[in-house]
Amino acid sequence: MNRKALIPLGIFAVLVVFLAIGLTRDPHEIPSPFIGKPAPAFTAPQLQTPEQTFSGKDMLGKVWILNTWASWCVACRQEHPILMEFAKTKTIPVIGLDYKDQNTEGLKWLARYGDPYDLSITDQDGRIGIDFGVYGVPESFLIDKMGIIRYKQIGPVTEEALRDKILPMVRELQK
Amino acid sequence: MKYWLALILALQCAFSSFAGEAIPLAEDPVVEQRMIAISEELRCLVCQNESLAGSRADLAMDLRRELRTLVKANKSDAEIMEYMVSRYGDFVRYRPPVKPLTWMLWFGPFLLLIGALFFLVRMVRRQQTGSAAPVLDADQRKKAQSLLKDTELPS
Repeated sequence: MNRKALIPLGIFAVLVVFLAIGLTRDPHEIPSPFIGKPAPAFTAPQLQTPEQTFSGKDMLGKVWILNTWASWCVACRQEHPILMEFAKTKTIPVIGLDYKDQNTEGLKWLARYGDPYDLSITDQDGRIGIDFGVYGVPESFLIDKMGIIRYKQIGPVTEEALRDKILPMVRELQK
Repeated sequence: MKYWLALILALQCAFSSFAGEAIPLAEDPVVEQRMIAISEELRCLVCQNESLAGSRADLAMDLRRELRTLVKANKSDAEIMEYMVSRYGDFVRYRPPVKPLTWMLWFGPFLLLIGALFFLVRMVRRQQTGSAAPVLDADQRKKAQSLLKDTELPS
């Protein structure tokens, strides 16, 4: 058995390693170009009181989370209990962005499942979502005191993501 | 009575033509054409194997609407690309820019091709030089001939 015969086996092993790594990655998780960049400016009517507006600038000086949700969004229900628990701890404000939704439906959804948000704003035509590069709901952005996006959770906020990624970063950013 | 019925039917026909959900035609075919040309270069983030021009995903429709506004505002192609890339990253482009991060993507296949050609040439050369050398030396040849002589061929 000479060494050359092992070359195809070696190439195959390398291929298997690459494919195995590929399997563990989710092609729907596209790295956001916003990490480390200022959050896009926005001003939008509030869901509960549409005559009042809310702007991203209002949160300067605070570490906060912008969480996109919608009444039609199924995966939002998955993260909802986790957000409810998180809201109870009063760690940082969570602002909801009701993305491409009817106000009445959004309000109904909050009444039915509970409202974990300090306040929600509406984005009926999806423009704020586009400015934030949202391509699937739910998505959450962790924004620091300077208004810079530090972390993006694509898909539902899981307990692991909250415990291992978001909370340690929040502690770091609040210093 | 008959006339009333006919009138109602006629009215129904007239109005039913409005009922179907028609895709709104572009107000300006020039804008539309440019928008489509640009969106064919862009990937739909929801159905990643579809272009923004061809996708019927909700987000794709919204993005086409945004592109239309940008085209109407006389933005250049580069500005519109920048608008998309700043939001969704290079991934949104079917032809991402050549930069260190994408070198493997652009040149990787050529590297593989060159490597494969190199091995092919080497293998062919080796086979050619191999066949030129005598397969049997003089002693072996003699032995083989004597063996052949003794063998009775089937008639």
